[in-house]
Amino acid sequence: MGKPTGFIEYLRELPVDRPPLERVKDWKEFHHHMEEKKLRTQGARCMDCGVPFCHTGKLISGMASGCPINNLIPEWNDLVYRGLWKEALDRLHKTNNFPEFTGRVCPAPCEGSCVLGINNPPVTIKNIEAAITDRGWAEGWVNPEPPKVRTGKKVAVIGSGPAGLAAAEQLNKAGHTVTVFERADRPGGLLMYGIPNMKLDKKEVVLRRIKLMEGAGIKFICNANVGENVEPQIFLKEYDATVICTGATQPRDLPIEGRNLKGVHFAMELLTENTRALLNGGAEHCPIHAKGKDVIVIGGGDTGTDCVGTSMRHGAKSITQIEILPKPPMERAADNPWPEWPKIYRMDYGQEEAAAKFGADPRAYVTTVKKFVGDENGAVKELVTVEIKWEKNEKGQFVPKEVPGTEKTRPAQLVLLAMGFLGPEQALLKELNLETDPRSNIKAEHEKYTTNIKGVFAAGDCRRGQSLVVWAINEGRGVARECDRYLMGTTDLP
Amino acid sequence: MNTTRTSNTGPASSPTSDVAQRAPKTLRPGKQGLYDPWFEHDACGVGFVVDMKGRKSHRILEQGLQVLKNLDHRGASGAEVNTGDGAGILLQMPHKFFAEVAKKARISLPEAGQYGVGLVFLPRNATARRKLEEVFAGIIQGEGQTLLGWRTVPTDNSMLGDTAKSAEPFMRQVFIGRSPELDDAAFERKLYVIRKRAYAEIRTSTYSGAEMWYMPSLSQKTIVYKGMLTTEQLEQYFSDLKNPAMETALALVHSRFSTNTFPSWDRAHPYRYIAHNGEINTLRGNINWMHARQALFASELFGEDIKKILPIINPNGSDSSMFDNTLELLVLAGRPLTHAMMMMIPEPWSNHETMDPDRRAFYQYHSCLMEPWDGPAAICFTDGKQMGACLDRNGLRPCRYYVTHDGLVVMASEAGVLGDIPADQIAQKGRLQPGHMFLVDTEQGRIIEDEEIKKQLATEHPYRQWLSEHLVKLESLPAAPSVPPPDHDTLLHRQIAFGYTFEDQRIVLTPMARDGVEAIGSMGNDTPLAVLSNKPRLLYDYFKQLFAQVTNPPIDCIREELITSSETRLGSEGNLLNPDPLACRRVELKWPVLTNEEFAKLRRLDQPGFKVGVLPILFRATRGEKGLAKAMEEICLIARRMIEDEEVTILILSDRGVTKDFAPIPALLAVAGLHHFLIREGLRTRISMVLETGEAREVHHFSLLIGYGCSAINPYVAFETIDGMIQDGLLVNVDHKTACKNFVKAASKGVVKVMSKMGISAIQSYRGAQVFEAVGLRQDVVDHYFTWTPSRVGGIGLDVIAQEVLARHRAAFPDRPVNGHVLPVGGQFQWRNDGEYHLFNPESIHRLQKAVRTGSYAVFKEYSKIINENSKNVATLRGLLDFKLNDPIPLEEVEPVESIMKRFKTGAMSYGSISKEAHETLAIAMNRIGGRSNTGEGGEDPERFIPLPNGDSKNSAIKQVASGRFGVTSHYLVNAREIQIKMAQGAKPGEGGQLPGTKVYPWVAKTRGTTAGVGLISPPPHHDIYSIEDLAELIHDLKNSNRHARISVKLVAEVGVGTIAAGVAKAHADVVLISGYDGGTGASPQTSIYHAGLPWELGLAETHQTLVLNNLRSRIAVETDGQLKTGRDVVIAALLGAEEFGFATAPLVATGCIMMRVCHLNTCPTGIATQDPRLREKYTGKPEHVVNFMTFIAHEVRELMAQLGFRTIAEMIGHTERLEPKKAVEHWKARGLDFSNILYQPEVADSVGRFCTQSQDHGLDKSLDLTQLLEICQPAIERGEKVIAELPIRNVNRVVGTITGSEVTKKYGAEGLPEDTIRIHFKGSAGQSFGAFMPKGMTFSIEGDANDYVGKGLSGGKIVIYPPANASFDPSENIIVGNVALYGATAGELYLNGRAGERFAVRNSGVNAVVEGVGDHGCEYMTGGRVVVLGSTGRNFAAGMSGGVAYVLDETGQFKQDVNPAMVGIESLESPTEIAELRTLIENHLTYTKSPRAKQVLDQWTAMVPKFVKILPKDYKRMLACIERAQAQGLTGDEAIMAAFEENARDTSRVGGN
Repeated sequence: MGKPTGFIEYLRELPVDRPPLERVKDWKEFHHHMEEKKLRTQGARCMDCGVPFCHTGKLISGMASGCPINNLIPEWNDLVYRGLWKEALDRLHKTNNFPEFTGRVCPAPCEGSCVLGINNPPVTIKNIEAAITDRGWAEGWVNPEPPKVRTGKKVAVIGSGPAGLAAAEQLNKAGHTVTVFERADRPGGLLMYGIPNMKLDKKEVVLRRIKLMEGAGIKFICNANVGENVEPQIFLKEYDATVICTGATQPRDLPIEGRNLKGVHFAMELLTENTRALLNGGAEHCPIHAKGKDVIVIGGGDTGTDCVGTSMRHGAKSITQIEILPKPPMERAADNPWPEWPKIYRMDYGQEEAAAKFGADPRAYVTTVKKFVGDENGAVKELVTVEIKWEKNEKGQFVPKEVPGTEKTRPAQLVLLAMGFLGPEQALLKELNLETDPRSNIKAEHEKYTTNIKGVFAAGDCRRGQSLVVWAINEGRGVARECDRYLMGTTDLP
Repeated sequence: MNTTRTSNTGPASSPTSDVAQRAPKTLRPGKQGLYDPWFEHDACGVGFVVDMKGRKSHRILEQGLQVLKNLDHRGASGAEVNTGDGAGILLQMPHKFFAEVAKKARISLPEAGQYGVGLVFLPRNATARRKLEEVFAGIIQGEGQTLLGWRTVPTDNSMLGDTAKSAEPFMRQVFIGRSPELDDAAFERKLYVIRKRAYAEIRTSTYSGAEMWYMPSLSQKTIVYKGMLTTEQLEQYFSDLKNPAMETALALVHSRFSTNTFPSWDRAHPYRYIAHNGEINTLRGNINWMHARQALFASELFGEDIKKILPIINPNGSDSSMFDNTLELLVLAGRPLTHAMMMMIPEPWSNHETMDPDRRAFYQYHSCLMEPWDGPAAICFTDGKQMGACLDRNGLRPCRYYVTHDGLVVMASEAGVLGDIPADQIAQKGRLQPGHMFLVDTEQGRIIEDEEIKKQLATEHPYRQWLSEHLVKLESLPAAPSVPPPDHDTLLHRQIAFGYTFEDQRIVLTPMARDGVEAIGSMGNDTPLAVLSNKPRLLYDYFKQLFAQVTNPPIDCIREELITSSETRLGSEGNLLNPDPLACRRVELKWPVLTNEEFAKLRRLDQPGFKVGVLPILFRATRGEKGLAKAMEEICLIARRMIEDEEVTILILSDRGVTKDFAPIPALLAVAGLHHFLIREGLRTRISMVLETGEAREVHHFSLLIGYGCSAINPYVAFETIDGMIQDGLLVNVDHKTACKNFVKAASKGVVKVMSKMGISAIQSYRGAQVFEAVGLRQDVVDHYFTWTPSRVGGIGLDVIAQEVLARHRAAFPDRPVNGHVLPVGGQFQWRNDGEYHLFNPESIHRLQKAVRTGSYAVFKEYSKIINENSKNVATLRGLLDFKLNDPIPLEEVEPVESIMKRFKTGAMSYGSISKEAHETLAIAMNRIGGRSNTGEGGEDPERFIPLPNGDSKNSAIKQVASGRFGVTSHYLVNAREIQIKMAQGAKPGEGGQLPGTKVYPWVAKTRGTTAGVGLISPPPHHDIYSIEDLAELIHDLKNSNRHARISVKLVAEVGVGTIAAGVAKAHADVVLISGYDGGTGASPQTSIYHAGLPWELGLAETHQTLVLNNLRSRIAVETDGQLKTGRDVVIAALLGAEEFGFATAPLVATGCIMMRVCHLNTCPTGIATQDPRLREKYTGKPEHVVNFMTFIAHEVRELMAQLGFRTIAEMIGHTERLEPKKAVEHWKARGLDFSNILYQPEVADSVGRFCTQSQDHGLDKSLDLTQLLEICQPAIERGEKVIAELPIRNVNRVVGTITGSEVTKKYGAEGLPEDTIRIHFKGSAGQSFGAFMPKGMTFSIEGDANDYVGKGLSGGKIVIYPPANASFDPSENIIVGNVALYGATAGELYLNGRAGERFAVRNSGVNAVVEGVGDHGCEYMTGGRVVVLGSTGRNFAAGMSGGVAYVLDETGQFKQDVNPAMVGIESLESPTEIAELRTLIENHLTYTKSPRAKQVLDQWTAMVPKFVKILPKDYKRMLACIERAQAQGLTGDEAIMAAFEENARDTSRVGGN
């Protein structure tokens, strides 16, 4: 609503990032805040659509179109335009438990399907979301809210990533007594150790939320690894229900020659160790370090980018990012119309930093790695890449085909595999006798979340496979609703 | 004439036997399927002839019959031309005649006055007849009178049609002798008692042939002859009427036009006291209130007899007969006829500041006794001595009269009905004026003026004193010591319990509280009906507003505010028959919505004569679903006790006190349930009901509460919410008090708007009028709590209503609060994930756009699957229907896509509401596929009539004619293949429209023939259609304007639309379009989008059934539209009876619309619903997209046809047996629905057609144009030669010149011929629509006078009318043309040497006219041209006038009171150029008409100039100044206009059209 003609009058504007060469010197978040007046102007660009696609959250052509947790975007855009930050925060919390996370790390499918995006730059939804929640915390509007009534039911949540946290918070709101089991030394899962600090500050953002949840009565048990130091039976015996949100942490490997050389790591190893080191004293203590090395990141997704950003801060000598897909077009292709997620060329923070330092986007497209080559110590010293071409096979599927004569040897002392995740780690599933689906995920129907064991629910990436934080929150909320229904017969959880 | 209430059962049979009498059998088809005879309408021509001096003669009778015959075109016939809808005559008792014929019948008659006579309709079977006569004789004897004998009335039925014959009664007259103790009046009362008893004891009995029993009259003073006859047949059938001995001094005649074709001898007029042309819109309320009052009737005159005449209103009669019933009672109980008429049809007094205070007091006092009977009406009344007529408060029916020097008075719906009166015999030519009464008293031998009648009646009692002593004004009451303050801590609970959403705050309440106006939305409604919704919905959502279309007009409550009234009076009613001063002991409220402060005053009212009682309407939540029914029983009992024991007079129902334990009873249920309980108990008029509720917040809520009997409402949670919104900063720039005031204003005005859509102008008569249909409520709920509300598909019971309340209540007070911070989202107005379901949602929109852009039928099927799939969400009634798929045939055998697409149309969207690009895309696409696009109401650029070089054409096949008549010229019309009369539109039926000045871009203005930057108003009604016979006239006019175009009438589905469609078929339309309520792309008030009208499934099925039942289906094509989205929708529509199909929203989505729903803001981001050039650039739609869409739909239709085994669409029409309700519907609400009425097929002969097979006979070959004029004008048309001719003309010569004009236009285009190429001079009285749409080059003059609609749509021609040279009256004081002259005229000239009727030059946009006086509402909605009035005007001059200039010669200084200053400025004449131009116009007038008045003015020109008042619309003036400035800066042409437009758009002081 706001201003009906706002979208005609104002241009899209985002807050300025800290200069790349300056921000790589530390681990602080890389965005500046935007002044309120400008934020309100950006809110005014929202058209208050009759059918707000941004709020949709449907899969269109296999990708999220609009917000998977159905954030009430037009409402809070309008409230921001009018300067009603508290009300905006209330509307935001109605659908989103952790806007301070999504406002930082979400790729923002909402903006991809913003109606204004049909023929104009879309509304800066993600930035407005972040601004609302940051303002809320700064103003002291976000406080622990223990439930007024306790049901006497006990629920265990295994895993404290975004799905587990969302489930825990919702179940606690409903009056259940919630215990969260986390195998790492700090809660937060992927939020804690998967996403680097410059994107999502651990102390100021993640732990702040955990503390708040503890204040509302949720108990976190860390270093609790089911099957190792936690008896699987306790869940069925001591809890009225159990919710599994252990994520899809099984990385995709690259089983080629030289894979076992030293210096070839899964991306998550670097990211986890780096954050832990940072929190424990300093990133310089990180056991995997890029300083002075030629770093090659294999995989062009967000994790790969985080490896680039982390390596930049370590002081890598050079950075290359290998991407098997072609370079996307600058604008939507004809077969990728609005409101589908726009598959277009984007320069994320990591690439921006690399480009600032080394002069070019570090990504090599339509390229794949043929082998790693080690030195005398069994450490990787270079790798061989080849360019590929995507061709249709007899089934009509696109398959990569090497382009002869394009082999290239690239120096590398640190190689990071960031090619996505295959599904949940199976050990826990076996401990608990959970059935899986053909993709090795826990078998549980969407919107029901029930597993083959009564009283045990599964949600998040361990159920749906690798996905976005915002889908994890969606699932965490959903599983809480179903779990509550299971426990109480009815539920008022959304 | 109107709505015939004959139903066997009423729209819903009432369980209360004392109200719904056991209905008599009739020969007419009873209620079946969706058809219900309750909704039959009729209209007519009415007229009378009186010898003022009371001299009886046979000649008066002959003249009466001649008048009748000349009104023939106002009546109608059915499928057979020789079966009329009804004709009749009322005469003074012809004693001489009866003395003569009685002798022959061996009856000995006493002297005149000592006996009464009645015509009796009897069964043709002699045995049955004798039995009835025997019973009747017993009644006569029982009442102490003497049966003198029976006479068989000679009749000749040889010329009657089969339908009439099938129901023909046996005609007898009964003679009753007067017992000596009775005086004249007492005998007349006794005859009345006999007649009423006979009805009760015979007609409703089980005697054989009882259904024939009917007495047109039984009186000692008058006699009625009538029947199901044509006007010609009346005297042929009743040879009595030719007998020279039959003498009378007065004759009242009536020719009927019924919407049905069924046999109905008794529905002919006149009734006992009246003949009526029009319709009573408030009837349901009037009946209920009269019934409620009966309990208190006491009359010395009637004594014990009073019980024998109950119920006063025969529930099986038509509205006219019910009016007659009531009038008869009031007169027989001792009031003069005139007094009774003033009570029943008061003139609008409350906003009439200059009315005589005594007269105001008379009306105000009587308003405490009885609510007005409201609706368009010309009522002629007589008691055999006085003959009079009066018009409704708005003057919506025509009535013209002549008075001759020798005392003959002729009055009729038209002038010229008695053609042979020489001009030198005529003393006066006049017209009846709104709210005025015309009275001839044959005993006093004179006409008694309105002023005199009313003065006398108003001073009979000291009404002013009575009022000042007893009537209490709310504002004068002391303020209450305390008012309950808002409680913010707990507000959210109440909001959720009463179903508030965040959307309600943002979208509904904000505009009401901030701006005092109702919210506007657009793009129709694609959400489920309440009964199909998965969400709990408020009970209000189960009701749909009815609205006026065709048979009566909606009212413009903004521009014609002076006739509306919103006062309410609270307290107990007294005895209607014998009122005393205390009858006005009431509290008077200005508005029905009360602020907390006002309500607190009322609640603490403590004065003699009033007692306030408070009755909580809550129920214990833990009692669950059954608790609600129980609670309703309890409140009825408590209410009864409060009335009977505590003598409460103001009963407050209150739902304050909602807590975790107590849930609110739906306020509407409480109000309506108690209202009907008290009516049944005879207690209703002893109290007024006031409601204190947290529930009501939307206009629809208030409208329903008042419509079901509530007097005033205090919506306390709405006020608390407003307070909360201010605290939260959601509502800014307004303080709490102002916001509440604004809210009250918006709600009250909204209610006035809702009632004005139904043509009701006073809240007092709207209260309890129940102008709603229930959709989705079970019959027992309707019967018990909403008695007589139409409801045709069943639905939920009280248990589910309770479930819905409890669901909200649980959410408000959850056991475990989990998400309690904020209100739920809503999602009714805008799509939301958790909100109400929408058919157009992100997925369906995306799929459709992808399908049409990529040309992929596979993707289209994904889209249609989303729409048709209804496992989780059912949005429409059709969603619950399944096909019976048997006998499939191969796809190849089905007719091809190309021929199916010829039946497709796109919706009427005006150029102005959508962009040029979007509009032309649709036109090109539809022309490519052989379908039809529609101009909408904004005209069309003539450029588009020329085909494009590539073979495409932008010419819209359908040219719409809407109430604004924008751009409707002869040239526009001749370029149509179909002309569509828009009676209503789905998004806002019963309403007009407004295009604000900021949207009237120069190119829009050009197409509409208006001025850029100046707002435009489309009136709610067509000012040439106030009834069905008017519609017939417009159809005829348009057919004349283009003989090759089909004429289509667009209606919106509502209960009774089938009967209206039957009337439309009888009015010779070629196509009738039944629009669903949910369609509509334009901007409308939210109330109208969601709550007015019905889904097309109901309207279409009712239409098809009714047309088949009437054997009219084969004469008219039926089209439907409204959210048609898939091939399945089309097939269901065909099976329900449609043969053509319209799409609007879906094709727009195909061209890029993404359902922003901001069409009203001009900010459409896809360049469709905007004129902003910056946004239009963004438009990406292509004709191919629309072609793809239509092709896909047709493909899907074919596939389904193959599965069903139909080869052609025609084969499929109306075959509802191939549909069945979905089995095993699990939905908690929808499972109660019953589709049997929708799928019903009337049993009719095989010969009755089920789709359109024959074309209508428009009777053009009989027109003056085709018989004479066209031939005379050939030399001009063919060779441009001058033509001069002279012809006689009569009132039956209608639309003269239009066909000839259309030929000129076809040949010469918009330019026409050089001025005066064709000059035709007529002598006589011209019929309606003289010179309609006449183009340039044609000059028509009349020596005589003319009827309504002179120069309608004049397109450049010239019309001159003046009285014959030998006329003995002063032309400037007499009426020369009827109402609504120059309606929608665009160019030309008109000179009238005489006065014109009401609404002169309505929506004129370019004609220059000179006239010597006009009636009310002159120059209304005018947008251009010049009007010179050389005399007085009626009231409300220049209302809604946004352009053009008027000059009124105001010699008396009266004019300032008559002008409506809202949009115009009053100036004096200064510019010499302008003065010279005015002089030229008046000189022309003198030249053409020889007007003495013109001569006089010109002779004293210098003295006269200062007396001219110039009326110049404010916005128009500003815009003209802007243009001048732009030109001064050197800009020219379009550039100057654009610059001026932009300057003007920035100016914030614009008034008109906002």
